[in-house]
Amino acid sequence: MTAIIERGAATSPIEPVEPPASTSAPSPRRPRKPGFFATSTGQKAVMAVTGAILVTFLIAHMAGNLKAFAGAESFNGYALWLREVGYPLLPKRGLLTLAEIGLVVAIALHIWSAVALYRRAAAARPVRYAARRRSQAGGYVVHIMRWGGLTIALFVVYHLLDLTFGVVNPAGGAATPYARMIEGFAPGRWYVTLFYVVAVVMVGLHLRHGLWSAFQTLGLARWRPQLKLSATLLSVALVLGFLCVPFAIMIGAVQ
Amino acid sequence: MNLTLKIWRQPNPDEPGKMVKYHVKDISPDMSFLEMLDVLNEGLILAGDDPVAFDHDCREGICGMCGMVINGVAHGEQKATTTCQLHMRHFTDGATVTVEPWRAAPFPVIKDLVVDRSAFDRIIQAGGFVSVPAGAAPDAHAVPVPKGDADDAFDAATCIGCGACVAACPNGSASLFTAAKITHLGSLPQGQPERASRAKAMVEQMDLEGFGGCTNTGECTAVCPKGISLDTIARMNADFLKASR
Repeated sequence: MTAIIERGAATSPIEPVEPPASTSAPSPRRPRKPGFFATSTGQKAVMAVTGAILVTFLIAHMAGNLKAFAGAESFNGYALWLREVGYPLLPKRGLLTLAEIGLVVAIALHIWSAVALYRRAAAARPVRYAARRRSQAGGYVVHIMRWGGLTIALFVVYHLLDLTFGVVNPAGGAATPYARMIEGFAPGRWYVTLFYVVAVVMVGLHLRHGLWSAFQTLGLARWRPQLKLSATLLSVALVLGFLCVPFAIMIGAVQ
Repeated sequence: MNLTLKIWRQPNPDEPGKMVKYHVKDISPDMSFLEMLDVLNEGLILAGDDPVAFDHDCREGICGMCGMVINGVAHGEQKATTTCQLHMRHFTDGATVTVEPWRAAPFPVIKDLVVDRSAFDRIIQAGGFVSVPAGAAPDAHAVPVPKGDADDAFDAATCIGCGACVAACPNGSASLFTAAKITHLGSLPQGQPERASRAKAMVEQMDLEGFGGCTNTGECTAVCPKGISLDTIARMNADFLKASR
């Protein structure tokens, strides 16, 4: 005796059913399989990899900043070295330009994947809940990642205008990097320092979730509690490393 | 106990719904949340009103049919508990309780608190199976399964497909559900041949249905009545990325 069990008969038809979301004119073609970058998991992987590039940059940036404690000569020398590294094998600013292009591409792709995932999320919940939803899992994360990301992007624009191009810096673009830094965080410009503190703490919170999240997204998260702890520790270290320089200048320890 | 309920009423998928206020009296603290709604419905029927429609079946927390967002939390605030196993003793007398359906575009409301979760079925159809010759049941020890793998598979297999993960996710993602199924089958020797194609097909179907992407907020696992771990999502990502290489 043979029993024939029709698969899924108790639930719904076997034929792939168009999702109700597609309200546009019905196309006669079957829905094409999305490519890697059109899938949510693919977009997340882009976010994780570009995020890793940006974190690597942040670590190097933070370490370079600490040169401020070694004096003007050391700090300016480091800035010059960044422009001349590899010379004469490479053209002047060669490696730096390459790194800058890499960073811009990474930032662009990071934002692209964030926007793509945001749009996906917005489409997935057209009707909101009436009750204020209390997070069950430390729910500041979503807001800090999206709004925090926007804050950080705006900060980076100001930061470049301030210390890289010197446009909004009292010392001006022609001054040495060290002079721009000292003038930029002068005690009289405490509001600038405050803005930096807010932005850097935002970066720290962004990384606290982003660091372990990248491992999770790439399927590498094995010991999650330890991974989360390491992410927190690295974020704290970065925040402290970034903030100690402006603080030292503000209280006059570095002049 | 006396309670004020604010419940989402929607006569059918095409008409707009709204929150409606009801009062229930003399509720026993030993009642389940669904039994409290039964009392409300008996009153509504006696008064000639339309009773509140909600999904339910086993009422012992293992079928995955029931589920509503209670005071903004899927299945209510009690951890690892389905709505049917949530008891009224966890509420205070005189409280106001909001009750809403799962909110997600791929889960359209059929009526009141009942949503259509066929999207989950289609994700399963895309790859949530193992293709084996279905003859007589094989001997239990025919295929050795390491204890650790068996435990991982079983933990993931406890997913009842209720959809609370989608309801709780700020992105409306079905990642925890999909990942639980991928982990369940992918942890076992019988699931290996289709492991990569399964992950790819199920993730693609999940996206096609209109669910959001995962941002690792952990809201899903916090409300999951079976406590499915975020580890399953890491595994789904790993399998998917491997399949995409």
